[in-house]
Amino acid sequence: MPPGYLPLFIFLAVAILLPTLTLVAARLVRPSAPSRTKLEPYECGIKAASNSRGRYTVRFYIIAILFVIFDVETIFLLPWAVQYRTLGWFGVAEVFVFLSILIVGYIWAYKKGAFEWV
Amino acid sequence: MNAVIQHPLFIPVLTTLVVCALFPLVAGYLVLIERKVLADFQVRLGPMRVGPHGLLQPLADALKLILKEDIIPEDSDHLIFWIAPIISTFTALTAFAVLPFSARIFVSDVNVGILVISAVSAVGILGIILGGWSSNSHYSLLGSLRSAAQLVSYEVALTFALLSALMVAGTLSMQGIVHAQQQRGVWFVFENFGFMIVPFVVFLISATAETNRIPFDLPEAESELTGGYHTEYSGVRWGFFMLSEYANLFVASAVGVTLFWGGWLPPFPSVAALGWFFDALFPALIFAGSGASSLVLIPKLPYRPHRILMAIIAAALVAFGALFLVPALTTWFAPVFWFLFKIALVIYLMIWFRGTFPRFRYDQLMNIGWKYMIPIGMGAVMVNAVLGMFR
Repeated sequence: MPPGYLPLFIFLAVAILLPTLTLVAARLVRPSAPSRTKLEPYECGIKAASNSRGRYTVRFYIIAILFVIFDVETIFLLPWAVQYRTLGWFGVAEVFVFLSILIVGYIWAYKKGAFEWV
Repeated sequence: MNAVIQHPLFIPVLTTLVVCALFPLVAGYLVLIERKVLADFQVRLGPMRVGPHGLLQPLADALKLILKEDIIPEDSDHLIFWIAPIISTFTALTAFAVLPFSARIFVSDVNVGILVISAVSAVGILGIILGGWSSNSHYSLLGSLRSAAQLVSYEVALTFALLSALMVAGTLSMQGIVHAQQQRGVWFVFENFGFMIVPFVVFLISATAETNRIPFDLPEAESELTGGYHTEYSGVRWGFFMLSEYANLFVASAVGVTLFWGGWLPPFPSVAALGWFFDALFPALIFAGSGASSLVLIPKLPYRPHRILMAIIAAALVAFGALFLVPALTTWFAPVFWFLFKIALVIYLMIWFRGTFPRFRYDQLMNIGWKYMIPIGMGAVMVNAVLGMFR
């Protein structure tokens, strides 16, 4: 294992244990008196009219697809950003070519109305 | 005993335990500070009942949350409902593992520190989505969908803002970024002929959106969605969602401070003549000053126990300020003080946003994210790439 990761994993273990143990410990001290009305999902005091797992707008899917494109793009840029000084003008030129291809795609998506909500 | 203290894991494990034990308390007091500051903006007093000036309010709130009945709706997906707040909490807390509190105090300094933070915060989105989905309530589902769309939209702009800073730093390690600023003798926000302020502003706006805070608090917009993704949560589970929210706020501010505002460096790190003033006198004056100003409040308090508690707090603040004047302790305390002090300023700025701006509509939120923040962030990377070559 590369150096520095052991404390990170110790921290991760402690951070998982903390909420789990608190939840378990809280069970010992809190009251529990469930009733039929209490266990209904909240809908402003009336009975839930429908199951919530229905259909929702396709906009959320478009946002998700756009996110994948742009997030992968930024991931590609990270190694360049770290080696920016070493690569010099050559690296800058390469990244400008890379970004300009993406900007063309961005303009296309903009024109198609992918960023319009409504 | 000496062998234990000298062990390379001693400081990391101690920091781990201190962070995990103290952060719930810190989060409670962040809530109190937020309520007090907002109250001040609105010319109210805020919490005043529990303890002097409401100083014990967080403890009372925590006790109430633990003693509250825990309601799991009948139609919900019980296992996922159970797990979701745990995912939110541990991912938010794990980001603390790579924060550079000072050159010597940190849990771990992995060479991909900033990536660890974006990785765990990306997993943290899962907690919100699963929590909203498993509740089987319309409000929760809508809240979690909005939250997911908002978080992924602003994550792109946030990463662009980070890229600009990483280009100047040339490393992904959080300690390395601060050391790079120490070498250059300037905070990165003033780097590249001052142009780095643009990525910082993009970072600040995206970080506000990433932490679901007003004016970007659409996922839990009270007037539209009751409580958003945590509508069905109660008691400790709800408390854990709140805890992770404040942990995210703290981490986002800490990342901004590390990348742009010099991390644990004092102002003017390259001017040795100012070293004593910023490392010893300034923190001492801050603590002693707040202690002295709370002394003034004591005669106005109505109850005797409150007066005693306030006197103890005032004395403790003055004594803590005096510790900074001891040279042996200054080297340990001063960097931590500056790191936390700058974080406090950024958090204050975010509370200020909350007191000032009304909430956006959802289409406005998406417009700002995709049509303004991403192009500005991308442009800032290109301009910084050119400017950086000339510095």
